[in-house]
Amino acid sequence: MNVPDDLFYTESHEWVRVEGENARIGITDHAQAELTYVVYVELPKVGAEAEARGQIAVVESVKAASDIYAPIKGEVVEVNEALSSNPALVNTDPFGEGWIFVLKMTSPDDVKQLKDAAAYRQAIG
Amino acid sequence: MSDAASKTTPLYEEHQRAGGKIIPFGGWLMPVQYTSITDEHQAVRNNVGVFDISHMGQLTASGAPTAGWLNQMLTNNIDKLAVGTGQYTFLLNEEGGIIDDLIVYRTGLEEFLLVVNASRTEEDFAWLQKSIGGGIRFANRSADFAGLAIQGPKVVELFQLLFRRQIELPARNEIKDFEFLGLNLSIARTGYTGEDGVEVFFPAADAPTIWNEILAKGQALGLRPCGLGARDTLRLEMCYPLNGNDLTPEHNPIEAGLGFFVDLSKPEFIGRSVLARIKESGAPRKLVPFKMKAKGPPPRPHYGVWRDGEQISEVTSGTLSPSLNQGIGMAYVPSEHARIGSELEIEIRGQKFPAVVEKKPLYKKA
Repeated sequence: MNVPDDLFYTESHEWVRVEGENARIGITDHAQAELTYVVYVELPKVGAEAEARGQIAVVESVKAASDIYAPIKGEVVEVNEALSSNPALVNTDPFGEGWIFVLKMTSPDDVKQLKDAAAYRQAIG
Repeated sequence: MSDAASKTTPLYEEHQRAGGKIIPFGGWLMPVQYTSITDEHQAVRNNVGVFDISHMGQLTASGAPTAGWLNQMLTNNIDKLAVGTGQYTFLLNEEGGIIDDLIVYRTGLEEFLLVVNASRTEEDFAWLQKSIGGGIRFANRSADFAGLAIQGPKVVELFQLLFRRQIELPARNEIKDFEFLGLNLSIARTGYTGEDGVEVFFPAADAPTIWNEILAKGQALGLRPCGLGARDTLRLEMCYPLNGNDLTPEHNPIEAGLGFFVDLSKPEFIGRSVLARIKESGAPRKLVPFKMKAKGPPPRPHYGVWRDGEQISEVTSGTLSPSLNQGIGMAYVPSEHARIGSELEIEIRGQKFPAVVEKKPLYKKA
């Protein structure tokens, strides 16, 4: 499983890439493999206020709908519209083209509460 | 994930070896998929796939009064069954509600095999046992048998490879015994996918040998082991009902649109008077297939079904159809909204998405 070193991770399998005062967020390679072929992504609304660990998006496979949680508190400033026409980007490039949304972080220090790559690798065994 | 009370089939280790993702299902630990639901679904539509159906129940009954007794207990007409043929039928309660849907085979003049849903096996057996008369031997043989469903357009080709010669598979709805690798197989030309295919039953101990031989010989034909996920998408595209979702004791075969498998010309069977009344007056609600009108989230069981600003029902089965790449489902709706072309709305996470009532089946081969 690919677990890039420069990202932060959650127990619920989201990843966070810090980009200045923003955080780009998606689901991990491990998560996409567990979910299998993604057929629909319900994106959050730009401007929405995200609470840490609050449900913010939904990723659906053929079999089931799975909630996606905001790793940290912030405001949604961008969503990945490309997923509307090609939700499988979540599978093919989970850490790149398959990103889901960008938060403007309320407090950039919040990412320190998240797992680093080593801790996440351990969590998924 | 695993639950101490869950049972496993004789192929449990083979599923793990084949990369199966195991989930609890009706008291059993079963593979939901091996690679992906979509890949397995397409393998069945285009080539051939093999499903473990060992969790399904096998009840056997024999003796001179058996046919008469089963005709009292089941909706379809046993007298129409020649030796070596089977029929789809229902086990109803006194109110006409569905306890189970099953296939009954006449394996001998006075011998019958009932193949029932896994989660209903014990309940069916107890219900039938309650009203058994003298001279009938009735047994729950579920633990003794394993089963495979082998489904897809290349099934005939697969069997030529397996037997290394031309063999004549039984005709649709027929069951026949074969010897294979020195083992005994009962092969029925039945299935739950809408493709040509067979369901094969054999002693539980032989399961790994037969499974591995099929996987090996099937490779050249693009055969895939398939899980419950693909089984569900395949059957839903055909609008075949799933017990527990679409069929429950709160529903009867008439409103489920399956009156064809109820023979009201029989003088008596459990539930008959209720069904005759419903047939006479018309069912107030009907099970209908529907398609989502636009791209969007797929419908799922229990999502609300709306019409004219009012919730009228809920979805009983729903998924994204891999063949159509469109959301599909089924729901019981009031009969005035059950016509083909009738507009519905499906509520998904608080938002309503347009859907339209369609004709069965939802998927037809080009």
